[in-house]
Amino acid sequence: MSTSTADAVVPYDEVIAEFDPVLGLEVHVELGTNTKMFCGCPTEFGAEPNTQVCPVCLGLPGSMPAVNATAVESAIRIGLALNCKIATWCRFARKNYFYPDMPKNFQTSQYDEPICYDGYLDVDVETDEGMKTFRVGIERAHMEEDTGKTSHQGGATGRIHGADYSLVDYNRAGIPLIEIVTKTIEGTGKYAPEVARAYVTALREILRGLGVSDVKMEQGSLRCDANVSLRPSPDAKLGTRTETKNVNSLRSIERAVRYEMTRQAAVLRAGGTIIQETRHWHEDTGITTSGREKSDAEDYRYFPEPDLVPIAPDPAWVEKLRSELPENPAVYQARLQAAWGISDFDMMAVVRSGALDLVAETVALGADQAAARKWWVGELTRIANDRAVELTELPITPADVARVEALVGEGALNDKLARQVIEGVLAGEGSPDEVVAARGLAVVSDDGPLLEAIDAALAESPDVAEKIRSGKVAAAGAIVGAVMKATRGQADAGRVRELLLERLGVSE
Amino acid sequence: MTSELISLTAAETASKVASGEVSAVEVANAHLDRIGAVDERVHAFLYVDREGALAAADAVDKARAAGEQLSPLAGVPLALKDVMTQKGIPTTCGSKILEGWRPPYDATVTARLKAAGVVILGKTNMDEFAMGSSTEHSAYGPTHNPWDLDRIPGGSGGGSAAAVAAFEAPLAIGTDTGGSIRQPAAVTGTVGVKPTYGAVSRYGLVALASSLDQAGPCSRTVLDAALLQSVIAGHDPMDSTSVTDPVPDVVGAALRADVKGLKIGIVRELGGEGYQAGVRQRFDEAVTILEGLGAEIVEVSCPHFPYALAAYYLILPSECSSNLAKFDGVRFGIRVGEGDGDPSIEQVMGRTRAAGFGDETIRRIMLGTYALSAGYYDAYYGQAQKVRTLIQRDFAAAFAQADVLISPTAPTTAFKLGEKLDDPLAMYLNDVATIPANLAGIPGMSLPVGLAPEDGLPVGLQIMAPALADDRLYNVGAALEAALLQTWGHPILQEAPSL
Amino acid sequence: MSETPSITREDVAHLAKLARIDLPPESLDHYAEQLAVILGAVAQVSEVAADDVPATSHPLPLVNVFREDVVRGSLTAEEALSGAPSVESDRFRVPRILDEA
Ligand SMILES: [Mg+2]
Ligand SMILES: [Zn+2]
Repeated sequence: MSTSTADAVVPYDEVIAEFDPVLGLEVHVELGTNTKMFCGCPTEFGAEPNTQVCPVCLGLPGSMPAVNATAVESAIRIGLALNCKIATWCRFARKNYFYPDMPKNFQTSQYDEPICYDGYLDVDVETDEGMKTFRVGIERAHMEEDTGKTSHQGGATGRIHGADYSLVDYNRAGIPLIEIVTKTIEGTGKYAPEVARAYVTALREILRGLGVSDVKMEQGSLRCDANVSLRPSPDAKLGTRTETKNVNSLRSIERAVRYEMTRQAAVLRAGGTIIQETRHWHEDTGITTSGREKSDAEDYRYFPEPDLVPIAPDPAWVEKLRSELPENPAVYQARLQAAWGISDFDMMAVVRSGALDLVAETVALGADQAAARKWWVGELTRIANDRAVELTELPITPADVARVEALVGEGALNDKLARQVIEGVLAGEGSPDEVVAARGLAVVSDDGPLLEAIDAALAESPDVAEKIRSGKVAAAGAIVGAVMKATRGQADAGRVRELLLERLGVSE
Repeated sequence: MTSELISLTAAETASKVASGEVSAVEVANAHLDRIGAVDERVHAFLYVDREGALAAADAVDKARAAGEQLSPLAGVPLALKDVMTQKGIPTTCGSKILEGWRPPYDATVTARLKAAGVVILGKTNMDEFAMGSSTEHSAYGPTHNPWDLDRIPGGSGGGSAAAVAAFEAPLAIGTDTGGSIRQPAAVTGTVGVKPTYGAVSRYGLVALASSLDQAGPCSRTVLDAALLQSVIAGHDPMDSTSVTDPVPDVVGAALRADVKGLKIGIVRELGGEGYQAGVRQRFDEAVTILEGLGAEIVEVSCPHFPYALAAYYLILPSECSSNLAKFDGVRFGIRVGEGDGDPSIEQVMGRTRAAGFGDETIRRIMLGTYALSAGYYDAYYGQAQKVRTLIQRDFAAAFAQADVLISPTAPTTAFKLGEKLDDPLAMYLNDVATIPANLAGIPGMSLPVGLAPEDGLPVGLQIMAPALADDRLYNVGAALEAALLQTWGHPILQEAPSL
Repeated sequence: MSETPSITREDVAHLAKLARIDLPPESLDHYAEQLAVILGAVAQVSEVAADDVPATSHPLPLVNVFREDVVRGSLTAEEALSGAPSVESDRFRVPRILDEA
């Protein structure tokens, strides 16, 4: 049962002083295939309820599954990208348990014969001693199917408890999932929350690079369950773990792991024991609450799926897929970082904001790397956060940003005008050039009006003019400012300064 | 006219319809009339689709009138076992839990029958979810054997076999998980074939045990069975376990009917103790006939067959416990106990399943749940799968010595209704000779070889062939059938009492 | 012969819970007795199958049967919901759910 009262917690540095954390992460990825895992129904997000269903994914009597070839290929590619071994022979199995969102009352999954196993992923985390690489072992990556979606009616919260009844939509039932399970992650010490976040971030980049999923955590196409346990010291035996579900953003992963560590520490410190259970993460309050207890009575009665035949990937096919893998994101990042000549810290900022591909594309279109980073990691990330959307979902492309920068380079825009152009593009006013034209934002480049404005400004402040003439060039800023104000920012400040100094016959 | 039409074979009916000698509608009406006249006593049908049958027959007549090429079984009526889905037609699997369910889709077999112009008369009775050997485990009451209405028609496909034996349909579809086509054929004096596993699509066949189930033909002659198998067989991408090999020429084999020089193996472990004397006598006579036709008779041993029944009663319940989990009162079928208190879905599922499933079904679900549960899996399910390997090896060795194997189909003739209902183990023994073929996935046929002298009831002989060599069954079966017809002077069903 | 395993009322109740069948308490002994007899008979599988015998889960040795990732027609919502005992807003309606998955 969920509780409304928050549990006791221990300050984080005290947790670290007394305990050694151990992690295990399970990530479910919804593949972006055209059709479901075992039937030809489409997988589009947001369709009307129960319109993307057929006898197979509804589990109607008599129906039979047929494996999606592309899903198998995606699974193998994911495994290869995670340095896994690919099974030469494996099968689907049935995981038997009753639940109304699961049409057959068993999930067709893989059990003791996963298609990918024994891999790893290296992730970088900033530590007190600088950037450090942690190797996260991958236990397995296997294929399975998603469940339907249940909405709870009546009751106060729309939550399962207290609801009067529930409604089930099976559109999502049968969408291909890859479940990626880590080995136990030890030796992270106080960086456990950061390692967890860095792992999911790196995994998401890999999956995005492979093009196998849209990896949208907020839409549930990438879901993470975090197993956390504490033990008194790294050589003690593993403590009882809890499994926190519903962690649907990168930030939440870090927070949820940290919270769970502080909660468990409080229980243990008080002489209590950790119950092996599922816990639910609450984004709003930043806490986890108790879900279902994992009892020993849980018995899934796995057995090989008799309606499907084994999968024995041809080694030649696997090698072909391996040779076609995109560059590993870590290698790719290192290459870009070197090309751009930026610090680890700056690179980290790009990666963490999810802007890597966008920046790279913008640079490839001719923009300066610093300018491209300034826009994507600064201004646009801030706007995306405000709007609570992914950076990629903003209605602006690397080509738009590159064009704005090109206009700045030509002197047609200054920084202030460039911001207005970006704003116009985001507001749907068209391309940068269209925004410039429609809003009349071009820099005043004809010297005539500028000279007029300069003369007017000099007449306004003869004392300042005198200072400049006498060699105090620093005072020029005031006149330039006045000119910029008079031209409502549409002048090129550099040019104004040049003309001013020329007019007064001084040089820098 | 009516009685003539119902006694025709499927092959004869098809040729008369094709030539225009009779219309498909006349044929359908004759059979619908027969059903109206006798089915109250036989109870072979759970649902008769008069309108649909007449519309299908009419479409065949129109196609013929338009000069279209008719397929070889166009206009022939057929009874469909109620385990096969047919769009819009009630499908119950003999279970209360599916009462009122009309599937929104056709099974592949159903679709192929429709495409071939076969006239589907209705759905036939069966043991609930095909679990049983007597059709007494139907939630809708038992089917009666046309030879003696107080006796069982075999099971689980007793309805299909009885419909054919009672001349309510010349053809029927059955499904065979451990003998459910062959054993009913044996005890009703009809022909039944379980094709090679994967030869006929299982898509739309409500699964009992997925690795054992196979649909196949029921008929009164070997040739008719061959014609029906050639219509329903063939690869289906909707069934991932369906074989891609071409369908063997079963019709050609049935027409060839020549066993000269063929090696026929008698399985030592099937047919000794526990087999009724009259069953053994008719079987032995058939062997003599086959020898007279030029076959070489050899004896083969399959030492692991005595363990087949045990392996079967672990594999089947295990798969069935999972296959039947979807019957939970959420998406289709009945829902029970929702109004009693303020129950949760968990309680409603439990009540629905307790009320919707019969005794035998519950027993097997429990057995399978046990065999798959942690701690017992290796000792039960795992071991049973190993026995399955041993049975396959036995067959491989036997087929190295013989082209086909034969045995009695069932140990006894039809027993009395109610006789074994309270003794599950005794009931299970009916399938002792048919189960090995299911475990190994090989094809088997049962055909009548006479009546047991002690009770005057039909006896069946089983022929088994290697996987994908279904044509051998038809060749041997047709040869034996022709020789027996000559001996008897008429089809055996003419000796059945009139209904 | 193999030993007949003992199956208690409690075992049957546990199996019934796993299989989600709400058995009346008075039937538990009856099922316990029958399951014990059947299990005793089928336990003989352990007599013959040695460790070196591989398990066969499939009668035919097929592998790698795949479907192309091409959309086929789905049912309409009306067809999908046509057999349901209870429906609301184009969804399957179920009583309140106790356990979380
Ligand atoms: Mg899973
Ligand atoms: Zn579907």
